[in-house]
Amino acid sequence: MEFLQPSTWAEALDMKAAHPETTPIAGGTDVMVELNLDHGRPASIMDLTRIKDLTEWGTDDGLLRIGAGVTYTRLIEELGDRLPGLAMASRTVGSPQIRNRGTVGGNLGTSSPAGDAHPPLLAADAQVEVHSKAGVRRIPVREFFTGPKKNAMLKDELIAAFLVAPAPGPQQFSKVGTRNAMVIAVCSFALELDPAHRRVGTGIGSAGPTPLRAVQAEEFIQGELEWENRRPPSDAAMGRFGELVAAAAKPIDDVRGSAAYRRHALAVMARRCLQWCWT
Amino acid sequence: MSAVVLDVRIETTINGEPRVAEDVWPGESLLYVLRERFGLYGSKNACEQGECGSCSVYLDGALVCACLVLGGQAGGRSVTTVEGVDADAVQKAFVEAGAVQCGFCTPGLVVAAHELLQRVPHPTDGEIREALAGNVCRCTGYGTIIAAVHMAAGR
Repeated sequence: MEFLQPSTWAEALDMKAAHPETTPIAGGTDVMVELNLDHGRPASIMDLTRIKDLTEWGTDDGLLRIGAGVTYTRLIEELGDRLPGLAMASRTVGSPQIRNRGTVGGNLGTSSPAGDAHPPLLAADAQVEVHSKAGVRRIPVREFFTGPKKNAMLKDELIAAFLVAPAPGPQQFSKVGTRNAMVIAVCSFALELDPAHRRVGTGIGSAGPTPLRAVQAEEFIQGELEWENRRPPSDAAMGRFGELVAAAAKPIDDVRGSAAYRRHALAVMARRCLQWCWT
Repeated sequence: MSAVVLDVRIETTINGEPRVAEDVWPGESLLYVLRERFGLYGSKNACEQGECGSCSVYLDGALVCACLVLGGQAGGRSVTTVEGVDADAVQKAFVEAGAVQCGFCTPGLVVAAHELLQRVPHPTDGEIREALAGNVCRCTGYGTIIAAVHMAAGR
């Protein structure tokens, strides 16, 4: 196995171009499991933890631009006020040890349908910024996931950052698992309200081949919500919203839960998140 | 260190001492390096997937699972293991509270509890449970473990 350890981003992009098959590693919370359990042995591995740029965040034309190497712990502490939905999801990741190492960049790179960061990023219409020697692409996260553990990146690209607007309104996240910590989601749901534009964003986790968005549910509830007087939505509207979220999921039966349970739980989580956001 | 390397040389600081490991296989975890190359057996090897917390160490001051750190990532960094952590109060409290049964999880819990008490000198029950959520005790002696952390906090 080859070990690559670039000390700058430019060097990392050169190495990725020269070794397109290399497996990038940041916090190691996914890659090391593969290595330790010998599930896969990459020909080459590239450590990204020396690259300072990746651990920085700032603003870019009104958006937050957050380096791929910012850990969940830092996200919660430093950006929890501006990104409450993503911070809630981050708090459900693993344990303190995992949150001290794991990164949203790594979550995106792995592209697991169960990645906890994905639903809030979908709900917020975030973008993934990928770089190669050929240039920079900003891919809407809603177009990023293409299959289980598959994404729209090219072989010579690395994730530099993700971009997301500071919360335009209430955000919520809900996750079902067998305990409160150290749990891969049975299913999860994220919701964002943008009262100024009367828009609703959704994200579904762990209930399909990729993280998903419930477009019909968004369109339905945007029209139902009484944005001006903030009256609570009717039980019928809440129920329909839950049904549409459940209908948008494409779950399977697996070791963590059945498809039927996931659909049921998603409808419940969707209604609850809406209630939490609205009141 | 940069460029392409097939066998890694790791220069790191372990418990305040500079240490060097030569000819490390690039896929080796920091846990393996600590145990098999430096003879530091306090960090336990159990799940190798970050679920049990038995290999908890400090890496540049942050609590991490050593099994999830690639050996080469520890180069130039500072590692503190249970052997080097100044956790007398926590260790004594674990003994007095009866928080040690088979003892396998104890080193990881001592490091995690030490880290919590550095940040939060007088944690609540909830804060202790949250902080120790990544450390599994299969004797299920959690009640006495939480009591031990409270006891250590009072000293």
